[in-house]
Amino acid sequence: MNAGAAPLLEVTDLVKHFPVKRGLLIDRTVDQIRAVDGVSFSVAPGETLGLVGESGSGKSTLGRAVLQLVKPTSGSVRFEGREIAGLSRRTMRPLRRDMQMVFQDPYASLNPRKRIGQIVGEPLRLQGVAKGGELRRQVQGLLERVGLAPEHYDRFPHEFSGGQRQRIGIARAIALRPKLIVADEPVSALDVSIRAQIVNLLADLQQELGLTYVFVAHDIGIVRHVSDRIAVMHEGKIVEEGPADRVCEQPRHAYTKQLLAAVPIPDPREARARRQTVGSG
Amino acid sequence: MSAESLLSVRDLRVGFVTEGGRLQAVDGVSFELTPGEVLAIVGESGSGKSVTAQTLIGLTRSPNARIEGSVRLRGSELIEADDEALRKVRGAQIGMVFQDPMTSFNPVYRIGAQITEAIRAHRPQTSKSQGRERAIELLDSVGIPNAAQRIDDYPHEFSGGMRQRAMIAMALALEPDLLIADEPTTALDVTVQAQILALLARLNRERNLATILITHDLGVVAEVADRVLVMYGGRVVERGTLDEIFYDPQHPYTWGLLGSLTRMDRDRPERLPQISGAPPSLLDLPQGCSFRPRCPHEFGRCSQLPGLEARLADAPSHLDRCWLEPEEKRQRRLVEGEIGLEAPAP
Repeated sequence: MNAGAAPLLEVTDLVKHFPVKRGLLIDRTVDQIRAVDGVSFSVAPGETLGLVGESGSGKSTLGRAVLQLVKPTSGSVRFEGREIAGLSRRTMRPLRRDMQMVFQDPYASLNPRKRIGQIVGEPLRLQGVAKGGELRRQVQGLLERVGLAPEHYDRFPHEFSGGQRQRIGIARAIALRPKLIVADEPVSALDVSIRAQIVNLLADLQQELGLTYVFVAHDIGIVRHVSDRIAVMHEGKIVEEGPADRVCEQPRHAYTKQLLAAVPIPDPREARARRQTVGSG
Repeated sequence: MSAESLLSVRDLRVGFVTEGGRLQAVDGVSFELTPGEVLAIVGESGSGKSVTAQTLIGLTRSPNARIEGSVRLRGSELIEADDEALRKVRGAQIGMVFQDPMTSFNPVYRIGAQITEAIRAHRPQTSKSQGRERAIELLDSVGIPNAAQRIDDYPHEFSGGMRQRAMIAMALALEPDLLIADEPTTALDVTVQAQILALLARLNRERNLATILITHDLGVVAEVADRVLVMYGGRVVERGTLDEIFYDPQHPYTWGLLGSLTRMDRDRPERLPQISGAPPSLLDLPQGCSFRPRCPHEFGRCSQLPGLEARLADAPSHLDRCWLEPEEKRQRRLVEGEIGLEAPAP
């Protein structure tokens, strides 16, 4: 983390509205859902920004809008100083090498008919980085890097557990040596004993490859663990932003306080003590 | 103990024939539940926690399933009960709440009509208007605002938290003594989860409602449970009171689960303590202790399955399946002063 450096990612007044349409033959736009409603933040190279919020807060839409996977309604997204909001697919393509996404559901995000080698090697092939034996060698190296075996190259996604599939998704995301990874709920679909493995893998890769993360999740415990800074989202807006420990220990916004108070304490004595002070029912 | 027992489960075994072969989803689960008690069954996918809960009310019955052992509710055997008798038990004596309330309600009928129908199916003498009044009363008691109006809403008009409240209302419609809640808050936001947990605690207190709570979340367990079963690979690996499980855990898997929690009330560790490997496939369980391949404390004796036994002189109801001596466990489970599972040797 180097706070003084120029930001890798700078988001200013980003807005994403989805139209609500009604009508049988002719769609009329009757309302707008303000999924992201004027959001600004920046992320320094090598830093992890945690975006935390509940369902409907707009955190996932924000993550996708940053990568231009959904087109923002207005606002600016600068990557290494260059404006990328509104760029065409074609102009975006070379930039995609530098920014990748890890998805929540490792069951839905891997094509079930493709072999692991094809899935992980696809970005390398599409960007013309490697082919043939060289491609295979690089993909096997990536598989090892994320804790899988080179022999997994010829297997299909269904042969893997949820945790292994998430490793495959991560191998695909780091294949092009990106600078920025947006991870959208990367551990929430995994078994408890596997979550820590994936969180630690992401931390190791960040160290090794100098990655910058935007980590989107609803679980503030996990977000606090991985993040340097946390932005709390509520109803399309960032209501509070600051260093991870400060936000969790001295929350300023009422919504952050409410969110933190609702997190169960995995300690019976402390849970009992809190129930007595808060009052129950 | 068995005199006041509400539910007595003895050596419950559930096997399935699948394409991949025979598997034992539940392998010898036993526990007692007294009125008003909250028992949490904790485990990961494939641990057998949900199959155990579903089997109690006959939901796993199928030609491919082999169910053995005994489940007695107030002394009457449910495993051998015919489907008709079991249907009377479900709803009337045991209420059930599932993870996703959207799949538990029929989307094309109004909420109130579904609750009324559930009541009238078991109590045919109830008139429609009596049933409707009762449904309003129930929705009100689980904290649905304007219950008298909202009763005519369709399930999709309710938020996730409201649907889960309505599901609980329906489960309570016939005043059961026992509620089985299978991951009731997993699909909910944490602020809504806190409300549902408070609701369950209140029902438990006010109605002396016994509850079996199936969950993977030890934070939820700490908030509501009296006793805990920890399941792994179809077997109970540890059983004890809430405080025994959290403050004197005996099984390395329990140490690992406790150690990998993120605690908001503590400084964050450099690395999140992790359990290596993955839960075993039920089609290919390791011989002996199923946790052996992931356990850094494994030794020769672990190739034999340890029984679920009381190994502590001062806690006869605290049971576990681990061969290590209790004193040894108390030393080995400390990782930098906290309970956890040490990293396996490189």
